[in-house]
Amino acid sequence: MSQIPSQLVEQLPAVQLLLTLLAAPICSMFRNGDLSWRIATVASWASVACAFALLHQVWGGGSISYEMGGWPPPWGIEVVIDELTAIVLLLVTLFGALVMTALRKSLSSIMRHQRQSLYYTTFLLCMASLIGITITGDAFNVLVFLEISSLATYTLIARGRDRRALTAAFRYLIMGTIGATFILIAIGFMYMLTGTLNMADLSERLPEHYDNKVLHASFAFFTIGIALKVAMFPLHYWLPNAYTYSPKATTAFLAATATKVSLYVMIRFIFDVYGVEFAFGQMQLGTLLVPLSIAGILVASLTAVFQDDAKRLLAWSSVAQLGYMALGMALLNANGLTSAVTHMFNHAMMKAGLFLALATMIYRTQSSSLAALSGIGRTMPWTTGAFAILGIGLIGVPFTAGFVSKWYLVSGALDKDWLPVAILLIISSLMAIAYIGKMLDVMYFKPAPAEFADIKEGPKSMLIPCWIFALLTIYFGIDTRLTAGLAGRVASNLLGAS
Amino acid sequence: MLVATVFAIVKLDHLMTAVMLMGFFSLLSSCIFMILDAVDVAFTEAAVGAGASTIFILAALAIVGRTSKKKRREKTIVPLIIVTCTGAMLLYATLDMPYFGTPDAPVHTHVAPRYLLESGEEVGPPNIVTSVLASYRGYDTFGEAGVVFTAFIGVMILLGAGTRKSGLEREAPPNVKVESMRQKIVLREVADLLIAPVLVFALYVQWHGDFGPGGGFQAGVIFASAIILYALIYGIVPAQKILPPRKLAYFPGIGLLLYALVGVVAMFKGGNFLAYGALMADPHDGQHYGILAIELGIGITVAAVMINIFFSLSERSL
Repeated sequence: MSQIPSQLVEQLPAVQLLLTLLAAPICSMFRNGDLSWRIATVASWASVACAFALLHQVWGGGSISYEMGGWPPPWGIEVVIDELTAIVLLLVTLFGALVMTALRKSLSSIMRHQRQSLYYTTFLLCMASLIGITITGDAFNVLVFLEISSLATYTLIARGRDRRALTAAFRYLIMGTIGATFILIAIGFMYMLTGTLNMADLSERLPEHYDNKVLHASFAFFTIGIALKVAMFPLHYWLPNAYTYSPKATTAFLAATATKVSLYVMIRFIFDVYGVEFAFGQMQLGTLLVPLSIAGILVASLTAVFQDDAKRLLAWSSVAQLGYMALGMALLNANGLTSAVTHMFNHAMMKAGLFLALATMIYRTQSSSLAALSGIGRTMPWTTGAFAILGIGLIGVPFTAGFVSKWYLVSGALDKDWLPVAILLIISSLMAIAYIGKMLDVMYFKPAPAEFADIKEGPKSMLIPCWIFALLTIYFGIDTRLTAGLAGRVASNLLGAS
Repeated sequence: MLVATVFAIVKLDHLMTAVMLMGFFSLLSSCIFMILDAVDVAFTEAAVGAGASTIFILAALAIVGRTSKKKRREKTIVPLIIVTCTGAMLLYATLDMPYFGTPDAPVHTHVAPRYLLESGEEVGPPNIVTSVLASYRGYDTFGEAGVVFTAFIGVMILLGAGTRKSGLEREAPPNVKVESMRQKIVLREVADLLIAPVLVFALYVQWHGDFGPGGGFQAGVIFASAIILYALIYGIVPAQKILPPRKLAYFPGIGLLLYALVGVVAMFKGGNFLAYGALMADPHDGQHYGILAIELGIGITVAAVMINIFFSLSERSL
């Protein structure tokens, strides 16, 4: 009997994926939406436990490799889990599970039971494929799961109540398909040069081809393709509409995970597969990425200030925040990378919380325009309270998670003696104060419109996840061992690999 | 010819013709795959591209109408620049590519030798494509089955599964046209002649994937196209009498679960996920039955997805 636990531990990487991926077809077979929701919730929380177990195993700098099908890499497909993988896994599963818990109430008003179980199926598929992308150590395998996640995301967005959700999803579909095709071309080119698809093997075999034009083209295609998926400025075109029109709590999940996992893929490929020297030295990625991400931060923050729909405002803020992560990566020093990885986690947490709190308000008001939300601080004090904490976190006030990542980013810029960049970052934070402040001002100090004067507090199943997000934001603002501590080790690893 | 076809498709206003040409395009590309010796791919492209997807688009056209509206001209300069850059990038890359068919290109010297030389020993099937697809990279194929399943769920959600009555439950429309395709004697005879052999051929492709080109994906599509042909000729209602859509909707999930189950059983027997060798005492037998089982899973998923999508599209135009 004592062998079973140790065997289970060995199989954890596969279990991590299978929990959600197998729950999906099972969910699709039930017509009873509540039952499917129970299965989906149990599966996603079990997968959180699994992610914690994996994180525990690699904590401190370990790494696990698991051979799918029992074939050694590069012949078979390998699953690799290191600290960076584990933190992204935790991000996807934990925030996914929290949103899943709140999803039932949120959907109950817009969908019938039968549809609901299909919707949970899609949600689980999306989560499973993001896990698949994260854990794989094989370049082509990334693409396979990327396809699942893209298809699932388009479906999730298109099910919005509004017809405009369809155009938003279609636009995302076109952009996403172009992105995926470009990534496919890039991987095909790499395979042509090296004859392997395994990431570790690729990174060993690519350096001798650094002068090869095929590799240059491959790198260009990859960068543009993944930047489309990350929604990096100026390729963010699809994001605001997709977030605005996607239904209810789903936005929280998408905002937290989809772009973050793409960003993870970008970091993996650029640092581990192509190599830092090639990407930033030879191909000059930095000279492209730094100005673009700064422009992205400023333009998107400014656009956010002038929105009068709360969802759209937060979506624009996401574009800006992705700029922070891209900048952190492009700074190419320990502090910068630490901030990129930390902010990936922190921003996922805060944005998911904000969108979820917003979904709770919309559950009562049926509208996300700022006019409908005015005065909501008095009618729904708890929801608005969570929203306020998360918003303050997003600005980056000390003792919240947002402060930690911005602190590292500014120190990263100062390490490089880029004083103007640091100043621009602080200006962008002022803009964040402007747009978050605008929302809080409306919520607390404007009188509520008559029709919403006596709405009740949100349902508990949505309120509790909101508050978990809010409390985590404060917790990770004080205890940074899990986020910045781990990110620091990851950063020195990534830079040291070059 | 490919290029000419594409230009024709873009320029045409008449959607029906454009769809026909797209089918032609797929047939052409499957010929190219054939010449490149990728028989399995050619197979799939012919069945999916030229067959099933053309019918799906036609079914969609039946709902939305067959001509496109004239649109105002939009700015075309930015897309033109992007397309030119992409093309230039691709051409730039070809400068350093290994020549076509060079035996010492890296593709042929790194992982391929083991696939070619040892797969017979390690995995078993004489068709190397099958052993790479189903065993060495079985995890990828599992993902692909997941892609098909996801597409199915997406279509079901968006087309409103479960909210409409299927053809069976619906009352026959009063002014139904007596003149259906059933009355066209040539069509009916040809279809009668074809459907049974096509079904048998699908089963052959399914079980013979070990030895020749074929496998679950191809067999599923071929099987589905036979059913779709039946539905086209005899009408959707008789087809749904044979395969009730409510039950059919379970099968994509069942296929995927079957695939995963093989992997999970292997895990309980002490191997890794999808390590078929662990399934039985003799690893060869394990590989053999494992591959057969997962191919069956794929076949079920693909066929059920295709038929389901066809049914739900044509239900809307009823």
